[in-house]
Amino acid sequence: MTAVLFQQVSRHFGAVRAVDSVDLAIAEGEFFAMLGPSGSGKTTCLRLMAGFEQPTAGHIEIFGETAEGVPPYRRNVNTVFQDYALFPHLSILENVAYGLMVKGVGKAERLKAAEEALAMVKLPGYGTRRPGQLSGGQRQRVALARALVNRPRVLLLDEPLGALDLKLREQMQEELKALQKSLGITFVFVTHDQGEALSMADRIAVFNDGKIQQLGTPEEVYKRPATRFVADFVGSSNMLPPDFVEMLGFGRHHASLRPEAIALGDGPGRKHVSGRVTAASFLGAANRVTVDANGTRIAAMLPAAVAVPAQGEMVTLSFLPEDLHTMDGA
Amino acid sequence: MRSDRNTSAPLGLKIAAGAGLAFLHLPILLIFLYAFTTEEKSYQFPPPGLTLKWFAVTWNRPDVWEALGLSVRVAAISTAIALVLGTLCAAAVSRTKFFGRETISLLVILPIALPGIITGIALRSAFSFAEIPFSFWTIVLGHATFCVVVVYNNAVARFRRVSGSLIEASMDLGADSFQTFRYIILPNIGTALLAGGMLAFALSFDEVIVTTFTAGQQSTLPIWMLEELVRPRQRPVTNVVAMVVVIVTFLPILGAYYLTRDGDQVAGGGK
Repeated sequence: MTAVLFQQVSRHFGAVRAVDSVDLAIAEGEFFAMLGPSGSGKTTCLRLMAGFEQPTAGHIEIFGETAEGVPPYRRNVNTVFQDYALFPHLSILENVAYGLMVKGVGKAERLKAAEEALAMVKLPGYGTRRPGQLSGGQRQRVALARALVNRPRVLLLDEPLGALDLKLREQMQEELKALQKSLGITFVFVTHDQGEALSMADRIAVFNDGKIQQLGTPEEVYKRPATRFVADFVGSSNMLPPDFVEMLGFGRHHASLRPEAIALGDGPGRKHVSGRVTAASFLGAANRVTVDANGTRIAAMLPAAVAVPAQGEMVTLSFLPEDLHTMDGA
Repeated sequence: MRSDRNTSAPLGLKIAAGAGLAFLHLPILLIFLYAFTTEEKSYQFPPPGLTLKWFAVTWNRPDVWEALGLSVRVAAISTAIALVLGTLCAAAVSRTKFFGRETISLLVILPIALPGIITGIALRSAFSFAEIPFSFWTIVLGHATFCVVVVYNNAVARFRRVSGSLIEASMDLGADSFQTFRYIILPNIGTALLAGGMLAFALSFDEVIVTTFTAGQQSTLPIWMLEELVRPRQRPVTNVVAMVVVIVTFLPILGAYYLTRDGDQVAGGGK
């Protein structure tokens, strides 16, 4: 079943088209990412699903029911806010039980459900504290528990890991993914971090200027970017101009080539280019080498075991033909 | 708080500060002292004798009770009006964006910046222009003009600290507008409203200038005291009443001070 359906949805703020004729269908139980730079319309799409915004044009359905005009408190959808938005005057347990309290669930029952939700996010026994006494990562978990205790059919997450440090972020990514699998709830999350989207999502919608640039699995989006924007935003692709691609024998197209698909030296069945090394930097697990090939800048990610060529040295780089991805138009 | 224990202030500064505080507060003590004097026609120092009889005399004067009752009623109703209007206005100004928002914000605060005499004359001419007879309600209206400001100022500052996403979070979790106000907004602005209400009550209770222009034949407590001063009879009664006024207005102001102080800590705790 389709959990969330957008048909030609637009949201304009004055002259700004924050969301511009977006079509998308999110399947039930899917972990769906909306990826894009700030101002690309991804958060507005999330707010349209939550009910904080109403579409200027188009049609939205949540589990087959029309969502336009339905206020946030009548939608079976809950949100984990970017700043967590925990209620400072309530204890952690009261925060988590809030959704059940306003729905009229009895006190004993809702506190029990809240305790269970806290245990689920690995914060058992934290119920009596106040939001101000918790760390950022703990508050994030409370926000998650507060949303999940209502058993929403869709959980919306607005940059959920943005405020956490790297270690905690990686840990939370895994936990979120595991939680989503075990609960089977549809997760829709907004992020500007392509690594996060690639590692967590079943499918990714890449947003730019209020439009979806590409919608596909992480692998599709990464390996076969539909537009130059996607190639550039997801990972750091080498963008090759049409002249250069034609010279390599792929026809006159724009093309993208992932830095990690490039190796030093030539081999059978590989395409090669020659150029002068302009920069080389050590990144720990790999070395990043930038080469100037007849005026086209090509970055290659080489395994750390390979000796790094010196700056100014002429080198030959090669790649498999299928790794070069051509695209038409913009 | 600062750890410079050794650098204490020079003696001259200490004396000056002490003298300043004494100048501010000794006259109030004198008022208290004369409430116990045996001399009823003039304020002579030192008092020829001390007595408690003026408390009994005051207790049995119906005009005192009348004035006190009027003042309490006026203050209570003005504060109630101010709480409703001030909160609504603060909510509108801090929650939404609309044309002329800054102007409205300024216009709401203006009555407290204007000299009371201007507000008084303006209201008086407006009332007589509209042919509204002076009554209890004209006094209340006059007081409400500046009581609203006090409540508004307190509420607007607190509203700004209640993050907008709290309200969205509440709606998201299934609370309608009324529940959101009841469970989220009110607890977060409650102490600010209480503080604003107490200040408003205290302001209204001892207001003289605006009242002079908007009252008819009725006397609020401060007006009654003013009239009483020119009469030579039973002067210490005024002092007894003054003591009561000081206590009645001082307690809420002290309470408001502590409430807003604690409120800051509560609101800051969530950040």
